[in-house]
Amino acid sequence: MIQAPDLPGWAALIVALLVLAGATMTLIGSLGLLRFKTFYERVHPPTLGSTMGMALIVLGSIVCFSVLRARPSVHEILIGIFMTATTPIAFMLLARAALYRDRAEQGLEPRDGADRS
Amino acid sequence: MTTLMLAWVITVAQVMLGMAMLCVAYRLIMGPRAQDRVLALDTLYVNAMLMLLTFGIQTGRTLYFEATLIIALLGFVGTVALAKFLMRGEVIE
Repeated sequence: MIQAPDLPGWAALIVALLVLAGATMTLIGSLGLLRFKTFYERVHPPTLGSTMGMALIVLGSIVCFSVLRARPSVHEILIGIFMTATTPIAFMLLARAALYRDRAEQGLEPRDGADRS
Repeated sequence: MTTLMLAWVITVAQVMLGMAMLCVAYRLIMGPRAQDRVLALDTLYVNAMLMLLTFGIQTGRTLYFEATLIIALLGFVGTVALAKFLMRGEVIE
């Protein structure tokens, strides 16, 4: 299904560039998740999609809807704020859990990397 | 003319996001350990969210935006719960 909103030329160009760049970033991040060898390497690439890719596509959406409705439409920025706030928390918790599991498997005293006395 | 160009670009972007989701799905199924699968699940929901955003641009409706927001909220909660489960063996202590 090929369709697109009826935007003026300059806006269509901006939206197309932003969406394409965001999708490329996300694809690169997911390829990195596929190809890297260890878990600690694999934590890094997905953040390419969830920061840069997300920001570019959200920006494209903001431009598209602002031009389409002829008034500023910034509700997509909610997604941007939310993803920027939550991605580091989720991945940090996950990396700590992986660290804890690795240590427990090696027979060490399981610690999660946080400095607790 | 530019509308046709935009339509093609959005379709290409959706195909790329679909390929990204395929890569992530491979990691989700084959991932050697549980933390790899949780990481893949997190990336999968981000990719699905971005794809819904491109659908929203394509159709010009705000319906997709609301779905995107719900996916972002629930995906984060899911990842945190799974990470907690991997660490402690239970979600609510």
